[in-house]
Amino acid sequence: MKNKDEMIGGRMSRVDAVLKVTGQATYFAEYEVPNLTYGVLVPSTITKGRIKNLDTKKAESAPGVLAVITHLNAPKVPAYEAQEPSKTSSGRGPGMMAFHTDEIHFNGQPIAMVVADTFERATFAASLVKADYQEEKHQTELKANLAQGKVPKTNKSLQDYQRGEKDAYKNAPVKLEEEYVLPTEVHNPMELHGILAHWEAADKITVYAKTQGVKMTQQVIADTFKLPKENVQVHSQFVGGAFGMSLRVWPHEIATILAAKKVNRPVKLVITRNEMFTIAGYRPHTHQKVGIGATKDGKIVGISHWAHVQNSNYEEFTEATVAMTKFMYRIPNVNTTYRIVPLDICSPVPMRGPGEATGAFALESAMDELSYALNVDPIELRLMNYPEKDPERDLPWSSNHVRDAYKMGADKIGWANRSNKPKSKMEDGMWVGYGMATGTFGAHRRPATARACLNADGTLLIQSAASDIGPGTGTAVVQIAAEVMGIPASKIRFELGESKLPDAPIQGGSATVASVGSAVHDACLELRQKLVELSGNALKNAKAETLVYEDGKISSPKDRSASITYTEVLKRNSLPKLEVTKESKLDEDQQKKFAMYSFSVHFVKVHVHPTTGVVKVKHAVALADAGTIVNHKTASSQMMGGAVGGIGMALTEEAIIDHRFGRYVNNNFADYHVPVNADIPDVDVLFVDKKDPYTNPMGSKGLGEIAIIGMAPAIANAVYNATGKRVRELPITPDKLI
Amino acid sequence: MKAFQYVRSTTAKSAIDALAKDPAAMFLAGGTNLVDLMKRGVTEPDKLIDISRLPYNKIEKESSGVRIGALALNSQVAEDKLILEKWPLLALALNAGASAQLRNKATVGGNMLQRTRCGYFYDTEMDCNKRQPGSGCGAKEGYNRMHAIFGTSEQCIAVHPSDMCIALAALDSTVIVQGPKGERKIPFADFHRLPGDHPEKDNTLEKGELITAVTLPDSPYAKNVHYLKVRDRTSYAFALVSVAAALELEGKTIKSARLAMGGVAHKPWRLLEAEKALVGQTISEATFQKAAEIAMHGAKGYAYNSFKLKMAPNSIVEALKIAAGLTS
Repeated sequence: MKNKDEMIGGRMSRVDAVLKVTGQATYFAEYEVPNLTYGVLVPSTITKGRIKNLDTKKAESAPGVLAVITHLNAPKVPAYEAQEPSKTSSGRGPGMMAFHTDEIHFNGQPIAMVVADTFERATFAASLVKADYQEEKHQTELKANLAQGKVPKTNKSLQDYQRGEKDAYKNAPVKLEEEYVLPTEVHNPMELHGILAHWEAADKITVYAKTQGVKMTQQVIADTFKLPKENVQVHSQFVGGAFGMSLRVWPHEIATILAAKKVNRPVKLVITRNEMFTIAGYRPHTHQKVGIGATKDGKIVGISHWAHVQNSNYEEFTEATVAMTKFMYRIPNVNTTYRIVPLDICSPVPMRGPGEATGAFALESAMDELSYALNVDPIELRLMNYPEKDPERDLPWSSNHVRDAYKMGADKIGWANRSNKPKSKMEDGMWVGYGMATGTFGAHRRPATARACLNADGTLLIQSAASDIGPGTGTAVVQIAAEVMGIPASKIRFELGESKLPDAPIQGGSATVASVGSAVHDACLELRQKLVELSGNALKNAKAETLVYEDGKISSPKDRSASITYTEVLKRNSLPKLEVTKESKLDEDQQKKFAMYSFSVHFVKVHVHPTTGVVKVKHAVALADAGTIVNHKTASSQMMGGAVGGIGMALTEEAIIDHRFGRYVNNNFADYHVPVNADIPDVDVLFVDKKDPYTNPMGSKGLGEIAIIGMAPAIANAVYNATGKRVRELPITPDKLI
Repeated sequence: MKAFQYVRSTTAKSAIDALAKDPAAMFLAGGTNLVDLMKRGVTEPDKLIDISRLPYNKIEKESSGVRIGALALNSQVAEDKLILEKWPLLALALNAGASAQLRNKATVGGNMLQRTRCGYFYDTEMDCNKRQPGSGCGAKEGYNRMHAIFGTSEQCIAVHPSDMCIALAALDSTVIVQGPKGERKIPFADFHRLPGDHPEKDNTLEKGELITAVTLPDSPYAKNVHYLKVRDRTSYAFALVSVAAALELEGKTIKSARLAMGGVAHKPWRLLEAEKALVGQTISEATFQKAAEIAMHGAKGYAYNSFKLKMAPNSIVEALKIAAGLTS
């Protein structure tokens, strides 16, 4: 008998749950290697200019210090010598060369690393490094530099876009034009960033990293140091949250590798919480403008969407901020403009729902504003403009059940209790408001390879160099293998997070189950096939797909007595194990035939205090149209986590720079407010749970990004419904409502 | 962090003597603020004298009032039966502060000595007259959303961060200190100071003095009290504005009132004039609004904190309404 919870669509607990809650899961900073030393960074205290003089003498003579590495003494980096730091590894390399020049690009940029025999001694010695600078005038303020915005060269999909007539909204009978501002937000996973670098030989290195792709890290290090890939080994079995910040190799990782070379001992770097803000990326501060116009009966005629996005001055970062506007609703006239604004600050990096979460705040707020201007229910407005097919590429949806999701969410939150007139309902002395918003993200699938190895004892080992930064990838993979092979989950082990394993893509863009899961699915199918072929007379003439695979045996559906166990097959063929390695990818034709997207809808009910302006989210409903839900338990947790992130985005999170100095003033956990338990209401998670016929063998679509996309505008819309105040600049702190 | 010596004292005398001998030494109790400041290089003592084992952790009823040992933990005071029964305002304020973990470690004396959370004070690369007298004030022309609207000076516009102290200010408490010259009693209102020309001094403690207790007189404020804290998230955030309100009622008439505000000044901001205006009045929103208006005399906003000019009076009215039972 198959255990339903272990199959696709089940709700089994995480395969690594016991390891995690008992502290046996080992994270990069917990590895111990002989002769380990500790690195601590020295940050630049100016924002732009050059290092004139660097005094490292005091630090060098401090107790326990082995070396102070700077641009003056760092070992040479082959790729830097060839002037190709960012050419490496499709932009996932460290865009800026660590310890290679005297140039300062942003405040907090590492100018030195102190290596000592203990972390404490390295920390103290780092405070003794003194620098003199030749300072230049810096620019860190987005608003003051909008005119410097430029079209990105590196991303063709973000060139100016036009469908139909330009700015057609201006001629519509009902129209509005508003600006929406998102502040800088910082990922702030619990686990701090860093790396442990160990040169095992002059041309051979092992690193323990916090990465969303061990193969990506391996490739970047190999390219940077011009080493054969197999001479670089990357371990990253567990990651304590990342949300996108570990989708590239950062300069401080290369710096640590350099330091390890310099001291000829392994070096571990764990950056500080303050440095998590300054040197490891963020969701970029973005100014947006949306113009939207409709006929009096609610047909949207045109929409224009402009975005200006905070960037560094040394490379280009782009994200799909204006993408959703092109296809979410049936609009004949659309134009979008995306500009990056180079500033003297570290580069941004994708953060959960990159681009779309920012864009959805503008688009879905504007849709809400339009609904009030038309005096129609916001859900009704969306239904009236629902696109039967993708209006951007004129393709049918692979699946789109967003209308079902609207209905399910409206029922669950009690939408019928909402008044269409703002500031008209009170409950327990609080203004009450309801809001909703839609989210979407591409249902991607990338090539991936998995190895499935059946052992003589009937256990199954699955291997792929995937990452599991928290969503439960390992659990989903075990379920897929259990379903295909008919082997109980307890007999299946999944190995991941090692660069020596078969190729897997980065864990980003909500694509791991679709990519790695498909490879596991296909590898197991082939393994099944091989077992049938080796099974002997009884079944060998049967077609593999007509047989039943259950309880570790193959049987004929017609004649259940004609069966053979997997272990028996191996035994008869004198095989110690049977192994299949299989690459799997999406049929490119399929990709051209269908528009593949996941969708989410968020509903919230808020209370707003009439005189103090404090907002309390009372109830949230998060819905996903994400195809087949492989594991309802981990998927629910992921949706809930996204809702929490969305509450932070809407109400509390904002990284603030004092532009006089180009320096953050709240880069710590006391002053940068991520939501706490007391901020989180009951979150109901609902799934449409309908298989997508085209995305992948499981029929799943990605979940990680859509979990947050749309949550912030749903809250902003509810706050408007409660108070009649439209907050277009997040976060919605109490001062903005009094 | 700079290397430092650590010594442990078991008597007040040995602690005070040790501090007197060493100008760069500091007392260590719960360490929830001091250790952070040391990590950031804001405070660099060469010696820590651990006083956490001194016998000052009791909460004792006195003939009139209560004596709370300086080393009583914040959580211990907030859960104490006597405090909950007679001075519930203090428990409310304590529970609004920090997080459960911090309250389990932080002491009453240490809470009173918390340094400001001004970002310019914490960042050793920025100007701050409180950290580095004469260097300037980074906040005045900078990001000052959390900063003071009362009692500021050219040198400093920082706010005092404690919640507990706002209740202690309202409840007319007294701080008991031991020093090289013996015991001294400081009325709570005189314990913290305004920045003036010496923002580096948060309070009126003299060198070598050790807080041993805080005493509260018997009070008629066991029932109609409220501590309202308006903040950016529901827990573990400093106050944008907070209000400690206590009313002594006879029917609907106010016999006496106590009011203090947090998040608005360099010290707990007692609202004496507003208190007076409440006495003899009937509880009503209008009465409370009048008092709030009086309370705001002399307030001054800066670039990012002018919202407090509205949030503060709104919060006073709200806290009084809840204390009076006019709203829940």
